[in-house]
Amino acid sequence: MDLFARNGDSDSQVCLAWRLVVLAPAVLLLSACNRGILDPVGPVGQAEKTILINSTAIMLAIIIPTMIATVAFAWWFRRGNTKAKYLPDWEYSGAVELVVWSIPALTILLLGGIAWIGSHDLEPSKPLVSTRPPLKVEVVSLDWKWLFIYPDQGIATVNQLVVPQGTPVSYRLTSGTVWNVFFVPQFGTMIYTMPRMTTRLNLQADRPGVYDGLSAHFSGDGFPGMQFKAEVLPPDQFAMWAQGARGQGPILDGRGYSELYKPTSYVKPMTYGAVAPGLFDAIVANKAPAQMMPHNPTTTEQGAGQHAR
Amino acid sequence: MLGKLSWDAIPFHEPIPLITSLVVLLAVAAVAVWVWRNGWWPYLRDEYITSTDHKRIGIMYIVLALLMLVRGFADAIMMRLQQSLAIGASQGYLPPEHYNQIFSAHGTIMIFFVAMPFVIGFMNFVVPLQLGVRDVAFPTMNNVSFWLTASGALLVNLSLFIGEFARTGWLAFPPLSEIEFSPGVGVDYYLVALQISGVGTVLTAVNFVTTILKIRAPGMSYLRMPVFCWTSLASNLLILAAFPVLTVSLALLMLDRYLGFHFFTNDGGGNSMLYMNLIWVWGHPEVYILVLPAFGIYSEVAATFSGKPLFGYRSMVFATLTICIISFMVWLHHFFTMGAGANINAVFGIASMIIGIPTGVKIYNWLFTMYGGRVRFTVPMYYLIGFMLTFVIGGLTGVLLAIPPVDFIVHNSLFLVAHFHQVIIGGVVFALMAGYTYWFPKAFGFTLDERLGKAVFWCWFIGFHLAFMPLYVLGFWGATRRMQHIPDPTWAPWLNVALVGAVIIGVGIVLTVVQLLYSIKTRDQRMDVTGDPWDGRTLEWLTLSPPPHYNFAVLPDVHGEEAYWTRKQTAIKLDQLIKEPDYQPIEMPLNTPVGVICAFFASVCGFAVIWHIWWLAILGLIGAFAIFVWYAWQDEHEHIIPVDEVRKNARERRRIRMEHLHTLSQST
Repeated sequence: MDLFARNGDSDSQVCLAWRLVVLAPAVLLLSACNRGILDPVGPVGQAEKTILINSTAIMLAIIIPTMIATVAFAWWFRRGNTKAKYLPDWEYSGAVELVVWSIPALTILLLGGIAWIGSHDLEPSKPLVSTRPPLKVEVVSLDWKWLFIYPDQGIATVNQLVVPQGTPVSYRLTSGTVWNVFFVPQFGTMIYTMPRMTTRLNLQADRPGVYDGLSAHFSGDGFPGMQFKAEVLPPDQFAMWAQGARGQGPILDGRGYSELYKPTSYVKPMTYGAVAPGLFDAIVANKAPAQMMPHNPTTTEQGAGQHAR
Repeated sequence: MLGKLSWDAIPFHEPIPLITSLVVLLAVAAVAVWVWRNGWWPYLRDEYITSTDHKRIGIMYIVLALLMLVRGFADAIMMRLQQSLAIGASQGYLPPEHYNQIFSAHGTIMIFFVAMPFVIGFMNFVVPLQLGVRDVAFPTMNNVSFWLTASGALLVNLSLFIGEFARTGWLAFPPLSEIEFSPGVGVDYYLVALQISGVGTVLTAVNFVTTILKIRAPGMSYLRMPVFCWTSLASNLLILAAFPVLTVSLALLMLDRYLGFHFFTNDGGGNSMLYMNLIWVWGHPEVYILVLPAFGIYSEVAATFSGKPLFGYRSMVFATLTICIISFMVWLHHFFTMGAGANINAVFGIASMIIGIPTGVKIYNWLFTMYGGRVRFTVPMYYLIGFMLTFVIGGLTGVLLAIPPVDFIVHNSLFLVAHFHQVIIGGVVFALMAGYTYWFPKAFGFTLDERLGKAVFWCWFIGFHLAFMPLYVLGFWGATRRMQHIPDPTWAPWLNVALVGAVIIGVGIVLTVVQLLYSIKTRDQRMDVTGDPWDGRTLEWLTLSPPPHYNFAVLPDVHGEEAYWTRKQTAIKLDQLIKEPDYQPIEMPLNTPVGVICAFFASVCGFAVIWHIWWLAILGLIGAFAIFVWYAWQDEHEHIIPVDEVRKNARERRRIRMEHLHTLSQST
């Protein structure tokens, strides 16, 4: 099974060797395997990728022979083939039955074990093991943008998630309007954001860089504009960024949130220099200022129309 | 007076729906004029629209499904085109409010008005014939079921011309589908159409469960029923258990939207998570409602064209019932990413995987049915082999999705979209196309053109893989579903391949129409005079093609699992048919206008509810109810077919069978 969980170096060597011998489609496929969830930057995504690949390998070991047998049986026992024996009454064999029930049952037994262990190891709400204390981030999905609140730093961002490298991040998530899913493919696990409810997620990113984030649950007309950038900075740079952001720019208080709450899409990243304490819990409780007002459908239409970026 | 309805509801300023509406209206008018001018109207009325004959009702279901397939496919190709055009700086040709209606309509139509009526059409046509009986338990109700389904389909399509369809996806998740976030009539069209057609579906299930449990030919014990009857029974039991859940979930959402209740709203103590659970308690069994009868079709095809009994019949029946039961215990796998906790996720994940065991057994049983057979590579056999090759990959990706930590990274992605299209196209649609080819001669008395049929198969097979394999790759890249605009230009090549695949499937659909027209034109070359064109094994091949209204002059005596095959082999060996029985007059149900009138009033009522025209809604409801009262007061529901007519037809059939027997015994 370890065969498939190679590190980056041997991966690229294998890729290079393949490129020399196979044709364009295969090259395209191979280059396709080094992106998104197949190129994780943290322990959670890495573990999930390993389970994905191991499980696929286990099943392919059963499926490929079955596919070959399908074609082979159909072809060999074609009507015109006089060499094939004809068994017009052969409809039962205890031995064959035993085998055909055992093969899938044993496969599922193995995969079921993987699923059980994996579900417990990678449970999203389970804190990650680390020597560093986790960074707290509160995530709110709105129509149609992401609000990230850093309660300990007293700052907030829109459509821009900044996290320190190699540090566990503990997310609390909710939605101010309808359902969405918070997902940074290269970080790993995605999770629903639901109004009036809180979900928890723990992730860690070990490789500095800027990664794509998105909503993975349809949420209305402005949904495709709900993309955001997730930036991983070395811890000292992260501290500098948080320090610099504090006190700069607009303030996310009741009025600021009411303004932000209006449906808009393709919103440019921005930073709030201060956040009203307890805003996240107020949103969960449906007591944030904007939520007291009815969701104006006509604004929804206008928001959806604003596609110029 | 007219509620929310006004001229604004007509899409005068949107060229795509406007032109489509006009073209459809013109086409409908042209067909109506054509039927009327040729004097076919009375035939259509007496033989189809008011018919209580399960075969005719089955054909009407399949015609509805094929028409809706064209609509659903038009939606699909528009989505593919938009995703190929709206990349990076471009917004494509469909604004979000239009694109979102299209993907919602595509899902709703393909599941409720293509797959369901197609499957139910085959159950209608085949099950009573295979059981060796003359009709279903409740023939009039059967007609009502069909017309209520058609009424739902009508309302969904009406939303294209008047108002809008839901922009919420095919399951209309709240709170997005609540009045606060979706104030238009789109979600109401969705809710009302599904409620009406849902009544039809439940009535169908009542009908078929009763038929299969209570009405079978003498000697047809449960373990002698063909596998298609078993899978139909399982599927209808699932409908009986699951569809009421759908009705309730949609009714609760309607209460929220119409009367200001708070079942799933953000305020007032509502909980949208409840809807997610309820809808998938229906939604997951729904998959098996579709795929179990498909497995039944494959079983019939495998046995017939391998020239052998189905391998492991009892094992197959057991696997079917296992799937039937477990399918109710897995719904949570649709939202592992809701944060329910490790134990819950793991239990539902493992339960979902367990379904893979009986399904895998089925694959092996079809495989061993071919072993030692004489496989004839007919069109249905192409679909069977194509299915076996592609379905195992769909099963693999399905098991991957059932592993919670894997689902955490591919949930809701294009990987998921590719997976369920692989099992629904590769599993269900291939079976439906196989069944269409297989039973067409039984329905119309001539076979379909083989060459064009194979061309259609290759279009589906190649087109499907081109259209959906790229989506697996994009799913790995983190691409999610339902995107009106594609943010990343590097996705373009894969999306373009998918578009090419969709176009090839489109060619296949066009070729299906060509095949039908060509086969009708040249039917004289492919008449099925024997009633047994494929050397079949089950009772539907015992009677003529097309069968008389009463199917069998005398109900066949069943000895053994393969009722017709055993009888045929005995007759060949003895070189004679069984002794001529004592013919009796046959009592058959009369035609009925109840279904079409009830559906008319149901459509009126539904339309009025959608647009808040309350007086009309009440009128519609009264009308729909009154027709049943009228029906209840009728004294005569049956007519007698005189014994002379029965005897004459039966003797003619015996003569044909005797000739057929001689050809068969000479060839072996």
